[in-house]
Amino acid sequence: MATDTLALARQQLLTPAGLGEDDLHRALACVLGHAVDGGDLYFQLRRAESWALEDGQVKNASHAIQQGVGVRAVSGEKTGFAYSDEIVLPALLEAATAARAIACHGGDGQLQVWRSAQRPILYEPLDPLETLSAEAKVQLLERLDAEARRQDPRVTQVMVSLAATQDTILVAGSDGALAGDVRPLVRLNVTVIVEQGSRREQGNAGGGGRVAYGWFLDEDRALGYAREAVREALVNLDAVPAPAGTMTVVLGPGWPGILLHEAIGHGLEGDFNRKGTSAFSGRLGERVASPLCTVVDDGTLAHRRGSLNVDDEGTPTQCTTLIERGVLKGYLQDKLNARLMKVAPTGNGRRESYAHLPLPRMTNTYLLPGEHEPAEIIASVERGLYAVNFGGGQVDITSGKFVFSASEAYLIENGRVTRPVKGATLIGNGPDVLTKVSMVGNDLQLDAGVGTCGKEGQSVPVGVGQPTLKVEALTVGGTQA
Amino acid sequence: MSDTITPTTAPLPAQEQLETLVADILAEARAQGATSAEAAVSFGSALSVTVRLGEVETLEHHRQRGLAVTIYFGQSRGSASTADWRPEAIRASVQSACAIARHTAADPCAGLADPDRLARAIPDLDLYHPWPLTAEEAIELARECEAAALGLDPRIRNSEGGSVASHAGVMVYGNSHGFCGGYSTTRHSLSCSVIAQDESGMQSNHWYTVARNGNDLETPVVVGQKAARRALRRLGSRRLETRQVPVLFAPELARGLIGHFVAAIRGGALYRKASFLLDRLDTPVFPAFVTIRERPHWPRAMASAPFDSEGVATADRDLVSGGVLRGYVLDSYSARRLGMETTGNAGGTHNLIVEPGPLGREALLRQLDTGLWVTELLGHGVNPVTGDYSRGASGFWVEQGEVRFPVHEITIAGNLDAMFKSIVAVGNDVDARGGIRCGSLLVERMTVAGE
Repeated sequence: MATDTLALARQQLLTPAGLGEDDLHRALACVLGHAVDGGDLYFQLRRAESWALEDGQVKNASHAIQQGVGVRAVSGEKTGFAYSDEIVLPALLEAATAARAIACHGGDGQLQVWRSAQRPILYEPLDPLETLSAEAKVQLLERLDAEARRQDPRVTQVMVSLAATQDTILVAGSDGALAGDVRPLVRLNVTVIVEQGSRREQGNAGGGGRVAYGWFLDEDRALGYAREAVREALVNLDAVPAPAGTMTVVLGPGWPGILLHEAIGHGLEGDFNRKGTSAFSGRLGERVASPLCTVVDDGTLAHRRGSLNVDDEGTPTQCTTLIERGVLKGYLQDKLNARLMKVAPTGNGRRESYAHLPLPRMTNTYLLPGEHEPAEIIASVERGLYAVNFGGGQVDITSGKFVFSASEAYLIENGRVTRPVKGATLIGNGPDVLTKVSMVGNDLQLDAGVGTCGKEGQSVPVGVGQPTLKVEALTVGGTQA
Repeated sequence: MSDTITPTTAPLPAQEQLETLVADILAEARAQGATSAEAAVSFGSALSVTVRLGEVETLEHHRQRGLAVTIYFGQSRGSASTADWRPEAIRASVQSACAIARHTAADPCAGLADPDRLARAIPDLDLYHPWPLTAEEAIELARECEAAALGLDPRIRNSEGGSVASHAGVMVYGNSHGFCGGYSTTRHSLSCSVIAQDESGMQSNHWYTVARNGNDLETPVVVGQKAARRALRRLGSRRLETRQVPVLFAPELARGLIGHFVAAIRGGALYRKASFLLDRLDTPVFPAFVTIRERPHWPRAMASAPFDSEGVATADRDLVSGGVLRGYVLDSYSARRLGMETTGNAGGTHNLIVEPGPLGREALLRQLDTGLWVTELLGHGVNPVTGDYSRGASGFWVEQGEVRFPVHEITIAGNLDAMFKSIVAVGNDVDARGGIRCGSLLVERMTVAGE
């Protein structure tokens, strides 16, 4: 299948404004006219909606349209940037003039002939907003409310949100890159509050991907989120205070892969490594993990939340090996940092919107499966923590310290999972943590499609995944010292 | 090169132009059958530059428009937004909002703010001070700031840059009760982030200053040197053994603790029963010496506003006095859900001031005696429903009031409800950069997890 996403993007973004390829050339020529090495134009139209249920009713919903064009001029390590929220030629040329003001010397960029690679697409160029009627969206949310309440009388609040975006982008670079993409994305989330006596806890579950709304109805996915949110909340009603201190931690499969995102992924983004500000800088070829660990960033997984046909600079996405059997193999690159580090871009140049500059970002980051049965891994632990679900995480790139916060965790005592414990933040050191991985499960799972990554104020959808992992020593930030 | 001489920010459109747009949107809503409607239109323009290792890294021109409308058919509502101000876009947005409102359930609490709560006069809060700064001048300031950091100590080996940003914006809100008001604001900032390195490794840190008026900013040299000192003092950080100790939160983190308090007394969290401070009105939440005031009309302050995002007049009040919770943070909807009145906090709080105590940082470290002084927090480990708190931390180990050594890769944990009650002192070292102004906070006991 080779749907012409470039043609679709052209039709959505350029045709209504009466812009042709000669106008793109003219704008890029305007950028290059000023001793600049190169530049690009990024056209975008984003349609989004969200529907929210509480008290058993859908009482609030919104619709948003965002469009514009960003113009970037690059000269050596310098970047000039301007944008317009009107896609018309005068605004485009004005933005081009503002962006090129960066260059004072050097650079002799030449306009290259357009070239656009066509390849099989990872998701249909559909408009997810239109894939279900308004009535059906409302009904779906009401069904999830009923399903959650049906699980247990202790459920007192159910909040459900359903959201979709369709992002149509077209990027034209002076290096000849010309690419279009139509990116659907849907997301469904269920949050419940349960009450028992004076104790209150919440549970959360959800998922999504680059699919139509109907995906939530397949295999009872949506109903599954409602049941899962209630299950997690009820587990937490019985949770005892979490332990404090350094101990063996077994991480469940799937979303706990946020470990890799925080501890490894960010530190391997090209900008930090080009500047020498990452705890991983200059460590290519060194051992940074146990030989059991192979970590990749793969933007080419069909329908996944973190996947892209092309990145926001028009580079096709790929599967990049970051760590191979414990050895650091590669960084994640956009065009700017790849050029300055004299390596090839890896299709990781991403931006939140036309109003933001591209940065090296992750797509779907995961650790490949090993040989152990998950039960075997738990049985091997005398005393430790088994953490199966997490909230967010964060990393200090330079020192390498990272955290991620468990929302569902249990004690392991004498090889058995025993009592649930309250949520706690886990802290470690990125370049060390994977050296302490002593067992890797055979149960690789990717997350359900819920992740959003923030960097320099820009949010982009990402995915993570891993099999069950045993980390010999990680610090658990509970209250029981 | 003439086009490098760019003014800091593009000129703002006249407020009257935005008022006309709001009137057009409300008229369109009426024409499409809405029984009531509200609309907000905004325009923002900004210039930001970053200089790294003495060279310009980025020069960004920002210019953003916004238009948002909510329409009501009786008690059913729908919302839409766009950046497009053309008449056909306004029509389409109102249509989208109406299409949604046909499917949303009637909600007896939905609706515009009560007319008698809308702002009658719109005081000038002195929030608009455009900075007549060219791109070259902005670059020079950023360069000076970074150079001050790089020059402070040979162990400052690398940099993430010095930055200057200047933003100007205008917004107008109107609704079908006849309210229409707007105001202009500016926000300027200078920041620096550098990396210190020695045989123990690399440590990055930063500092920033922000103000409505460029003249109120700290100087580039002060900002650069503070960033450098903050990075240098982190070198040689060690871990701690797991233990329970008193914890002193630096002012820039103390603000965050007060932020968790505000989130827990927000109407949305209360009516959903998703807060650890349910049913606590008129009861002690803090020790008796804690007072928290809201002062929305402070001239030039970062969170000042003449009216909230529903047009409700903002007013001075005490959120906490004598340690007792005196009021919630409500908009019209959550107030109706709770059977109360709006507190003029649609969109957030407007300058919260935690009344400073008598002691500065040195005296607070002496009061801490032996424990942890936290200067950085990592992650989001706060459960708003239970108040359980567990976050990554770094800072300094203190013995007998003296800083002994920097620490990192530890967590601090407790429960916010208990932490608030066990605050032992509020410092006079107030961080006034944000919407919450607070000095250091000394908490009697928390669990530190480490080795």
